[in-house]
Formats: sequence, C-alpha cells, structure tokens
Amino acid sequence: MSEKKKNYGMIIDTRVCVGCSACVYACKAENGVPEGYCRDWVVQETNGEFPKLAMENRSERCQHCDNAPCVTYCPTGASHYDENGTVQINRSICTGCKACMAACPYDARYVHPEGFVDKCSLCKHRIEKGLKTACVSLCPTESLHLVDFDTMTAEDKAMLSGKDVYRQKEHAGTEPSLYWISARNKPGA
Amino acid sequence: MNHGTDFSRRDFIKISSLFLAGSAALSTLPSGIVSGLGSNPIEGKGEKIVYSFCEHCFWRCGIAVHVSDGKVTKITGSEHHPLSNGRLCPRGTGGTGLLYDPDRLAHPLIRERKGGKQYYRKASWDEAITAVAGGLYKIHEQYGPASIAMLHHGFGVSFFKKMFSEIGVNKIAKPSYDLCCGPARQATVLTYGYPSDTPEGFDIKNSKYMMFFGTHFGENMHNTAVQEISEGIRRGAKIVVFDPRFSTLAGKAEHWLPIKPATDIAMMQAIMHVLISENRYDKAFVEQHTVGFSELWDEVREMTPEKAAAITDISADAIRTVAREFAFHAPAAFVHTGRRTNWYGDAMQRIRAIQILNALVGNFKMPGGVVAFQKFPLVQPPAAHEHPAYEKEVYSKYPFFPQDEPSNTIASHEIVQQAITGEVKALLIYGVNLTETMTLGRQAALDALQKVDFSVAVDVLPAEVTGYVDVVLPECTYLERYDDLDNGRAFRTPFVALRQPAVAPMFDSKPGSEIARMITDKWGLHGVFAPTVEAGLDKKLKLVGSSLEEIKKRGVLVMPETDLYRKQGEPLNLNTPSGKVELASAQLKAGGFDAVPKYTPHPEAPAGYYRMLTGRKPMLTFGRTANNRFLGDLATAQENEVWVNTTIAAQHQLTNGDYVHLKNQAGIVSDFPVKVKVTQRIRKDAVYMVHGFGHTSKQLTWAYKRGASHNQLISKTDIDPIMGAVGFQNNFVTFVKEA
Repeated sequence: MSEKKKNYGMIIDTRVCVGCSACVYACKAENGVPEGYCRDWVVQETNGEFPKLAMENRSERCQHCDNAPCVTYCPTGASHYDENGTVQINRSICTGCKACMAACPYDARYVHPEGFVDKCSLCKHRIEKGLKTACVSLCPTESLHLVDFDTMTAEDKAMLSGKDVYRQKEHAGTEPSLYWISARNKPGA
Repeated sequence: MNHGTDFSRRDFIKISSLFLAGSAALSTLPSGIVSGLGSNPIEGKGEKIVYSFCEHCFWRCGIAVHVSDGKVTKITGSEHHPLSNGRLCPRGTGGTGLLYDPDRLAHPLIRERKGGKQYYRKASWDEAITAVAGGLYKIHEQYGPASIAMLHHGFGVSFFKKMFSEIGVNKIAKPSYDLCCGPARQATVLTYGYPSDTPEGFDIKNSKYMMFFGTHFGENMHNTAVQEISEGIRRGAKIVVFDPRFSTLAGKAEHWLPIKPATDIAMMQAIMHVLISENRYDKAFVEQHTVGFSELWDEVREMTPEKAAAITDISADAIRTVAREFAFHAPAAFVHTGRRTNWYGDAMQRIRAIQILNALVGNFKMPGGVVAFQKFPLVQPPAAHEHPAYEKEVYSKYPFFPQDEPSNTIASHEIVQQAITGEVKALLIYGVNLTETMTLGRQAALDALQKVDFSVAVDVLPAEVTGYVDVVLPECTYLERYDDLDNGRAFRTPFVALRQPAVAPMFDSKPGSEIARMITDKWGLHGVFAPTVEAGLDKKLKLVGSSLEEIKKRGVLVMPETDLYRKQGEPLNLNTPSGKVELASAQLKAGGFDAVPKYTPHPEAPAGYYRMLTGRKPMLTFGRTANNRFLGDLATAQENEVWVNTTIAAQHQLTNGDYVHLKNQAGIVSDFPVKVKVTQRIRKDAVYMVHGFGHTSKQLTWAYKRGASHNQLISKTDIDPIMGAVGFQNNFVTFVKEA
C-alpha cells in the first residue's frame, strides 16, 4: 500500500436527494461508461405502511474502503489503494477474474465489455486537476460532497455535526469512506 | 367535410429508415456514448465549451456544452446562468442522446399518392419549401388567414410566429397552456393582476413552510426550484404535501396528507375556514390590500374541518394543524401553485383558492412568500412591417383566455376541434406530437390530422405526428442552432440568455430560423428577418448595450438582484379591476362564474375502476426524451409502471412485476401492456402512471412499445369553461391480464 497523501471520500446528504439520477448520467457522460452499465446508481427505499411511510433516496457507488476486500482478494494487484485514499483498478493487469466482485459487499463493480473490471474512480482524473467529481459537480440538490477526511473543513464538520450519520455494512470491517446523512434527520438538524 | 378540393384520406406513413439518420448518426459519435466501448474519460483535441440553454423542458437552464473534435462529448450545468447555477438535471445531460439519435429525421419529406398507395418521398429543401409555401398560400387565398393554425411547443417557434404574422395568420396555440401552466397563469392574473411565470413566483429560498398540492418537485426536475427546496430542507424549512401518492417530495415532508383525489378545493376552503374562524389571518393585509373578504367568508363559513374531513379523507385535526402552522410561519410560508395543474375542469378556481390562501396570510411580496420576479428588459427592434390589428386578435372562445400572449391566441383543443369541423384547413405543427399530447385524447387528434387539407410538421424526430402530415421538415436540434434571445424567464436576477450552436447541423436538417426565412422568401416577402440570425441577435443585444460577441462568452447577461419585497404601508397598485388582491372577483361574477372558488364534487370511479393519475420521471420529459437512448439507458427510465395499492393489487390478483393491459371506462384498452408496481405509496382509489410511454411509431426504434400510453386512455376531458384548460383526471382504468 502506497503512502496516503490524501484521504478522499464522500459525505452524502440523503435528506435532500430526490433520486433524480443526475449523478448517474453525469458519471456516464464524464467517464464514457458503456451502454447498459453504470458506476453509480440511485436507490429509493420506502418503509412503513400507508399512510405512515418513510423514504430515503441514496446515490450509491464504490465506497473506497480503507480495508477493501477487493484489494485483498485481487490476485494480480490490479485493485489497489491510491495515494489519494481511493481504491483504483489498474486495467492493464486486470484479468477480469471477478474475485473482487465476489468480495465487494457493495456490489459496486461490473465487467467492462473490454474485459477488465470497472467501477467508480472517484473521478481521480478530475481530482488531480483540482476539480470535484462529475456527480458532485452536477448534483442539483447538493446531496453529494467530496471530502478529504484528513483535512476536513469547518463546513465538512458542520455537515455531520448533530446528525444521524451512518456508514453502510460497517460490520464487514471494510472501513468505507462514504458517510451518509440519514433521511431520518429532521429538516435543519 | 369535403371542401371541393381533391381530398383523400391521409394514411399513416411509416417513414422509411432511408430518410432517417441511421448509422450516419452513430459513426459521428465519440466512442463511449453509443459504441458502448468507451473506457476512458473523453478527452480530445480542440476542446471547447459552448454556453447555451437547454431545450429538454420549458425551464430552459443554462448549459455548458463540451465539444471535442467537433463532437459534443458531454453537457453540464452553466455556472453563469442563474437557473442552473452550475448544476443540471439528467435531461440536460441527456442532450447528446437527442443530438446523436440514429432515428433523427434526416431529410425533408413530401407525401405522395400513387395508385391508392401513400408514401413519403425524400425531397430537396427547395421542393419541400415550395410545397409548404404553396400549400399555405393556396389555403390562405381560398379561405383567409383564420383557416391556418399553428400548434407549437419549444423555443424555436418564434421564427414561425413571425413568418405567419407577415401573412396575417395569428391562430396560434401552445398545448402547454391547456395542459400545464394556463390555470396558474390566469388565476394569478385574476387574483393579483399579473401572470404567474417560470420559475413560479415563490421565494422558496427564504421560506419556512411550503405547502404543495399534487405537485411533485424532485420527480419534475425544475432545476432552480429543486435546488432551492433542497436548501430549504438544509435550513429546516417544513414541507407539507397533499397528494394521493407518496411522491418523492412527500418523502421529504413534515406532513404527507394523502388527500382523496378531486377534493382539493374543499381542503383549501377548510384551511381558509380555520384561518378566518380562529383569527389567524393577516387582518391588516386583508383590510388594506384585498377586496371580497366577506364574500369569501360567506363561501367558506360552512366548510368546517369536520365537513372537509368527510370529503377529503383527511382528519379535521390534521387540517387544523396544517392551517395553524401555515399561519404561524407566515409570512415566510406559501402554498405553491404547482404545474400541470389541469385535473377536473375547475383548475383555474383551484389555483385561485391557493392564491387566496396566500393572500389571507399576507405573504405577498414578503420574504419567503409570494413574489413577482422580474424579466430582463430587452428592447424589441421595430418590426420590418406594420403589424395590423389582427396581431392583437384572440381567437379563443373562453372568456378569461389570455389577451396578452401573442404566441397563444387560442386553446390547442379549439384548434383540434376547428380542424375537425373544417374551420381550420391547414396546420403547421412545430414540435408537438399531437396524437400523444393530452389535448383531447388520441382519437380527436387523429380525426383532426385526417381532416385538414394541408399539414406540415417541423420536428427533430419521426414522432407519430410526422406520419400524418403532407410535408415533414427536419429541424436540427437546439445544440446545432441559434434561436431568439431568451428573456422570457423571470427571476431574482433578471437575465437574457443565448442559444448558440455547439456543432453544425447534422444530415440535411436546418435551424427553424432558416426554414421560416425560406418560406417567407418563397412568398416573395423579403427582409422579414435580419440578413442572418447572428445579425438579428447582435442588433437586439446592441440595443441593451451588449453584443453577440459578448454574450457568446458566457451565454447569458445577468442583472443584479432586484428588490422583491414590499415596504410597510406601500400601496400595491395591482393591475386588477379593484387595484387590490381580489379574494372575490367581480370580473368572474360578471362573466357568470363563481366570484369565490367553490368546491364541486367530481365523478367517482365505477366499481373495479381506479382514477388514473399521471406524472413524470425525473430523467424524462415525455415526448422530448421518449426516444433518448442515453437517458433510456437506466432501467428506471425504460418503461412506465402502473402503481397499484397493495390491497387493490391483491383484490385483482396482481403481483409486483406482472404485465397488464389497462382498460378505461369507455372500453379503450392500452395498445401495450404495462408493468405493475404494487406499492403502499398510493391510495386505494387511484392508480398512477407516467405519461409519454407506449409509442406506436416503429420509427422511434427506442421508444416503440415501451410501456403503455397514458394519452391513449384519455377519452373524457373536462374543459375549464372560464379559461379553456383541459382536465383529464376523470378517466378511470381497470386491469386486463395477459391471456
């Protein structure tokens, strides 16, 4: 594992997400994701019984885990930790064996028609230019936030403070880098 | 009726794929958009960003079109345009899917009849323009200008409007008035003296309490409003949603009130009743700035929360709670007028009830309340020719149809009816897929298209309507052309926006500006338009101290924020007959209508049938996006579903994912089956399906046969007798299982 120079991840505010999928299309356009595939996706989860219903909309993607099973189980070293704190795939040494797909608890990967495994890169090519990810830049509700967790700004901290925040499948020990502000929070929390 | 011309039935023509873009479109695509094999972020030579505005819905957000090697690689939100603020909904990003649609119309087409067979012939532009100019001229000579009508949807129509005004044709309809924005527009005129606009005049940004009746922001991605509502949620603003369906917006609400469909006016009256009977309304505002309070009280006095509860299926306690909270948060509270509000033929009065609620709490021109955004004051250059009196003529028979909208002088259903009766003999259809537009349902549209003597469609795609006309003119997309300047949107920072081409027109398509010019030239009317479209834009911009060169850089000129709020004690000087806010309208009374909105019961569903409600998906805008492969790539975008309450589904032995045909109360069965979504998210007395699916044109190779057509199942319409909007929610459906 190379030495971490950054620790990028996301804070996702599900209170405001409307599930419009702008993030999905922005990613497809930015990253030339092939037809029929996507690197991020939207979940609209409704619970309860009429008329006592609750909803959460989430824009999901690779969680860029700090303890990533995909990296552990990749036999060729194609899946690796990047120095910016994300998980990346080196296509040239990926054999498309799918071990990473079986290991990933978040179902974040797919086999690209060209034979390698593909997933969200957290727009590494944009971050390197000082830009935010395509999805973060375009999201109409500003549900998505790109955060360097090593150098969190006051704004980043305020976003999480006093709110019901969770990470997905923490019990798997993956240390995911995506933090979710629950839709259960009252407005203005 | 046969008018002595050589009239024969206009058969539907399946446009030959030879006349469509086909593989030519695909070969021009950057890899990764359609080839399916793009694997790297698209970066190429000659990269540039062209600032323009979107045409995938009426909101007209600013877009940044990224061009590389002469190809559009992606579209993002313009950071300069106040309506997009750097952000964009899926449809905006999906512009590439329209631009590179292999089904695009590629050539002008002329209908031919030979030996009982009808077919389209590929024509040169000169032949097609000769046919259109000649066809319209002949009808104009024989029957006069009122026998020609235009139906339009889309910003590029301005050139055709100008073209027609040169020969005195002024019978022009935009179906969106009848179906969408008309009732709110006219209700605001009748209550406050000015038309409501886009974005709607609500200070969402500063509001603490927002009520919505049936309008579902988040599913309709009206970018700016969705951005401001999200900001409201972060600030702690409360949202209240009255909707028979648990919409996305209802999912964000403090209170979701699953109101019985068609009872909204009773609910609004009950809220008024609580505000007045509990002395929670703004007395000073009502006394100083409104007329008709006692008439209003006489009308709502009997509508107690208990009485309304029995009508609306919402408890009296909940009604009181909402009314009290609304008053508590006022004036930073509002009831939104919504869009696509024409449900039962009394939509205008329903929206008047909303605006009266707003007036009662005194939120007019207050932070967080009702506001009147301003438009950029663009100076119109003097017309090339004198415009005679007909320019001011309004053809609609509805007494409170707008008198001040030159691009909308008659309801679209009136044009359909006049085409059927023979009063209208020629139609120019710009961007309206008439058979799938909720104007009077599909059959009436087909009758109208059959009946007229001459018809032209200007379109980008081989939509169903293009199979029923005499001449098809392929317009290029909004990404390949200039249009007129857009100062039609009012906002806190008034602005004027430019549409400019990111790439040259593909195939044999042309911009509307050129098509209209060719037609006027053929009529021998020269000098109607500026020598070039660029010169015309530059001239207009010079009048406000700018230039085409300047606006091209950012695609928009933005004014500083205007003062939206009233000062204490300042008279409102409204443009109503009384000069005040009209709680009771003497104009309406004089016209034989209710001065104050009344609740009228609407028809109930026959046993085993359910009221058919409609709406949209966030990544689609009905016909505009139906065939868009880029947007259609997500599973959620690929078909519509019929939402059925869990209990009702069990009664009909339906399980989630089943495919059924729908049958309406008149026995019409949907052409195609639709997927059942069994859900807790809807009342038992209604079903819901997104409009714009179930296309029958095989030339729309992507959209064909996906889902079921909502439009096909409309066989009853309720026209608002006051202002001509079309309601269509008194249609009921049941399920026909696959054999």
